[in-house]
Parts: sequence; structure tokens; C-alpha cells
Amino acid sequence: MTVWFVPKDAAARSMGADGIAAALIARGEEVVRTGSRGMLWLEPLVECASERNGSRVGWSNVTVADINDASLDQNHPAYLGEVELLTFLSRQQRWIYERVGIIDPLDPQDYQHHGGLAGLKAAMAMAPADVLDAVKTSGLRGRGGAGFPAGIKWQTVADQEPQPLRGQPSRATRHKFICVNADEGDSGTFADRMLMEGDPLCLLEGMAIAAYAVGADRGMIYLRSEYPDAMDALSAAIDVARAEGWLGQSVLGSEFGFDVEIRLGAGSYVCGEETAMLESLEGRRGMVRAKPPLPAIKGLFGVPTVINNVLTIASVPGILARGAEAYAALGCERSRGTQVFQLAGNIAQGGIVEMAFGVSARELVEDFGGGTLSGRPLKAVQLGGPLGSYLPPDQLDVPMAYEALVEVGAMLGHGGVVVFDDSADMAEQARFAMEFCAEESCGKCTPCRIGAVRGVEVIDRLREGKDTETQTLLLRDLCDVMKQGSLCAMGGLTPNPVLSALDHFAEDFSR
Amino acid sequence: MISRFAFPQWNESEARARLTSIVREHDGPVLLCLQDVQNTYGFVSTAAAELIAELCNVSRADVTGVLTFYADLRTTPPPAIPVRLCAAEACQAVGGRALAEAWRQTCRDDDQLAVETGVDEPIFCLGNCALGPAAMVSGELMGRVTVMSLQERVSEIREGNSAPTGCDS
Repeated sequence: MTVWFVPKDAAARSMGADGIAAALIARGEEVVRTGSRGMLWLEPLVECASERNGSRVGWSNVTVADINDASLDQNHPAYLGEVELLTFLSRQQRWIYERVGIIDPLDPQDYQHHGGLAGLKAAMAMAPADVLDAVKTSGLRGRGGAGFPAGIKWQTVADQEPQPLRGQPSRATRHKFICVNADEGDSGTFADRMLMEGDPLCLLEGMAIAAYAVGADRGMIYLRSEYPDAMDALSAAIDVARAEGWLGQSVLGSEFGFDVEIRLGAGSYVCGEETAMLESLEGRRGMVRAKPPLPAIKGLFGVPTVINNVLTIASVPGILARGAEAYAALGCERSRGTQVFQLAGNIAQGGIVEMAFGVSARELVEDFGGGTLSGRPLKAVQLGGPLGSYLPPDQLDVPMAYEALVEVGAMLGHGGVVVFDDSADMAEQARFAMEFCAEESCGKCTPCRIGAVRGVEVIDRLREGKDTETQTLLLRDLCDVMKQGSLCAMGGLTPNPVLSALDHFAEDFSR
Repeated sequence: MISRFAFPQWNESEARARLTSIVREHDGPVLLCLQDVQNTYGFVSTAAAELIAELCNVSRADVTGVLTFYADLRTTPPPAIPVRLCAAEACQAVGGRALAEAWRQTCRDDDQLAVETGVDEPIFCLGNCALGPAAMVSGELMGRVTVMSLQERVSEIREGNSAPTGCDS
């Protein structure tokens, strides 16, 4: 019997996917709600197969009218043919995203049929120390932006003794935590969201593997409140995983116990910084903590804590299932494995591109992205979120990898690629970077709290054309103070977008 | 669930029961309590903040500190159909600033719309960055937003029609 696949991803829903699903169900069709394939300019992208696991053909930008007049066939103008053969998808190297858009995110059979749970089973057949070795061998580095080797962080936590929560007596139960940072606040990034909605069990499996490796018994996911669909998907997935015995007092029937709780953020960008996140998880203001002590030694409620990004943890099941060497074989230099890039902003073909490190920004923007949405000339690309640099078109041949990007004054961040056409005013963008920092600063350190406010004022004077030489000097000096003197990346990296705009687009500051 | 944001009146004994169980079951419960109160009653009143301080055994200043730190938390009732336009870079790149200005102008010309929607409480990124400009209306995400699509959505919600957005466009 024919099966229809309609994404339940928030982005697809924002373009009307729910109406399509309802219309198909009203027609008596069998409908599976999946995640999104990540070709967001085609949403709602509706697929159809002759059986559940058969090959699927698709139609793009489907409307309810298309369903109601039963016009979806091979002659329909939006017919795409076999979806997996589309070059946008077939050129990708999907590792973390291997199941997203394919499976029903909450169906444990579907999950296992497509390779899910193999990683946790493989891990639990090994000694925890061997799991740590596998993660080290894979070369996996943190996907939140800093790029710290995951295996080293895990080893540090594994080496600690569990501790009672802060303020509890020493005879109280002792814990270690696995904390997942799902506070994906960077503009132009949505890979965490789409994974949590499209394959939430993968994240839970990765957390269980991490817990087994370091001897943790509790997991926390810090999810931003702007993602209600991800909250629903994760909550339901936790229920599924408990019912299947993948979480709980006896994981896979063993003596290893691990359970996961979700806590929602409350609209604060700085809480994506790991120590501010810990404060927020503990129910307080999201004020950045000074380091040391490292969270790996004194983290959530003062106990040893692994903090990793969603994509870092979601990479782990595949590493255990397919082998650390297979993972390490991908990528370039010290950037191993795959990264999930997100094409956003003024781009014709926006969405998810998972590729081994080393793909160039130009390939992403031009080959995958198809250039600007407006059709106007490309002016700048912001890599790595609101704290990342603006690159001009002639610098786009840089390979997307941790060290290579640093060499051109840019950074990978969370893999976001935001495209601007020639109508963008880069002085306005620089001003926004300072404004955003002023708005979102936690206020703990002076360079960030006051520097950002002064930054807005200096850029305003600069744009008014008053004494530009002095103001430019002042702005550069201010950026230097923020970069060198801030406690965390919020104030420390805000100069990136500001100075790159000033360096590459100076003409925008004097009109 | 799509609906006008309608909330019951503050009820201390009911709130006390809910919050007591949150405090009992969770470590570090202050933010959880504030979020629960806001989800239940729409905003955090002075009475609610005092109750949270009492149950969490922290000072009122501590609770106020958390309450005022987070952009999500509010101390006044929300509008009936809150409109939040994404103000971050990816949406700026596809005309987000012009959209926000046009929407504010529309609200200046229509008092009822302004009161009902609260005009716009900017939000930094909704994770719909490839389909911007993005907006959230009554908690529902929208993509490729125009002033017209916002107006249509608001009137659909006003009239109690819960059909998802964009399905016929």
C-alpha cells in the first residue's frame, strides 16, 4: 500500500506541512510524519513510496489544493523524482543526520531498522575505558564552537569521583552529570533543532554512551524555549526510550542506570555559554562563571559534568557503531569527521548540508546554496553565528575547518552560514553586533557590559561622519579591550563581526 | 495548540500545591517555578514571586533577580495574540528590518491590532533561518512572513480558526 511521508519539522510546519498531512489523512491515505530532509526551500516536501521502506519520490512546495485534486503524479510541475538522488542530498556525507527525514522520529523499530541503538550496544559490550579510547581515536571535537576534543573532556570527567550535589551532606547520593547544550541561540543555525525533532533518540543514545563511558548517572538537556516542537519531540522520545529500556535504572538490562531530564531556557542568549548554562540549569540568573574550576571537575550543582553540544553527542552513536577509524578517515588536518552546515539568510537553497570538514565556504554557498535568494550579487557571508566574522566574496575559498577558518580571522562556530546580498549595510550589521551584545550581556564583566554600549555609540558617531579617524581608532581600541578583557566569548568575540565589517566594507561606514 | 492566550486568575492555594511538588522533585527549582507560574497564569505577579521565594527558601531579591534576568519572563499579562518577529541576522538578510518597521506602521494605523498583538516583542532567532523572515504568532512558527500573512494569521486566530498557516498559499 502507498505510504506518504510528510515532515513534522517546525520549519516544514511553518510552510504548511500540517495542512498537507491532514488533507492526506482525510483522503484515507497512510501518512508517516518524519523529520525534514533539510532541503528547506522545497518545504513542504512531500514524499511517497509503494511500501514503508521503499524508495521515495517527492514533490516540492506542495499545497493542500495539490492533495485535494489528487494531482501529485510524475507530470506534476513540482515532481522531483527519487528524493535521495537529488544532488543536494546525494553529494552529502550524512553521519549525524543519517536518519533525519527518513524515519518516524518516535518509532523505536524504525530507529533500529535504520541503524539506531547499534552504537549503545557496541559501547556497552566494551569497557568504559575502551569507549573513551574510541572517542579519542575518532578525533571528535566539540561542535558548540570551541572545538575542544570530546574524548579528553570525557576522560577528565571519568577520572573524577562522583560527588554529592552542592549543599547536600557527604552521605547523600553521589552523582556525575551529562549535560547537553541545546541552547542553539546563534542566528543562522538550526541543526540542533532539526536533529532533536527529526531523530531525538539519537541524542538520547549518545548521552547514554557518554554516561556509560564516564560513569554518569544523570543527564540534563538545556533546551532553548524558542523550540517548542523540539521540546515535544524530546519529551516523547524520553518516554519511548524509558519504555524500551534504553534509559532508566537498568539500561539495556544491565546494572548501568541513567536517566535524562529536560530543562527549558528562558530567552537568554548568553546561557549558551557553558558556565552560564550551568547557572541557569541550577535555576539562577545566567551569569558566566570564572574558570577554573572546569565544569568537568566542578560542574552542575558542583559535581563532575560533561557538557557537550547536541551535534557532538549525536555524532557518538555512529562512531561506536561504524568505528572510530571510519569517522577519523573523514575531514582534514585536525578537523575530523563531518560537520552539519546550515545555509541561511539570503540564500536560494537554504537548509542542512552535512559534509566532511574541508568543504569550502564557496561550495556551500554557490554549489549547494545556489547563490542569493534575491538573485542580486553576494556581498558578505557571516560564518559561525552573531559572534562570527563577515567574509567578503573573495575569501570564500577557505576550507570549512577549525584551524583554517581561524587563519582568515573567521570561525566555525556552530556551522551557520548566513548569506547577505549587496543591499546589506555592513555598518548597520556591525552596529547590530554591539547592540545584541549590550542586550544579551550577562553583565558580570565590564568590557562586555559597558563596552558593547559604548560600541553602539562609537559606530553611530562614525556613521554620522564626525571625526571618523578618531572614532575608528576608538572603535578598534574598544574591540581590543573587549577581546582581551571579557570573561567569556560573548564580549570576547563580538569584535569579530564588528572589525571584519570595518576591515572589508569600510565604505559602508562613511555614507 | 493554537489559541488566544487566555489564562486563569491567580489562585494562591492552587499555585502553592503545584509549586510545592516542583520544589520537592527538582534541584535548583527557582527558574522552574517561575516558568510554571508564567505558563499557568500568563505572567509572574508580585504575589507569585513572594510565594516562590517562600517555597524555595530563598530571598525575594533572589527571585526578582532571576525574574528580571530572562527575556521570556514577564511581570505583566501578555497580549491576547502575541506577535514576535525574529530580529537576528539571518532574517535581517531577507528584509527582517523592513518587515518589522512595516508591521509597526500597520499597528500604528490599527489600535485594535496593536493592543491584541502587543505590536512586536522582538526575539533573537527562531531556528527558521533558511525560510526567513520568521515570526512566532501565539506560539506558532511562521516562515517567509509578510505583513499580509501576519494579518491573516492574527485574524484566523481571532476568529478561532485553528487551520495551520500557509497551507493554501
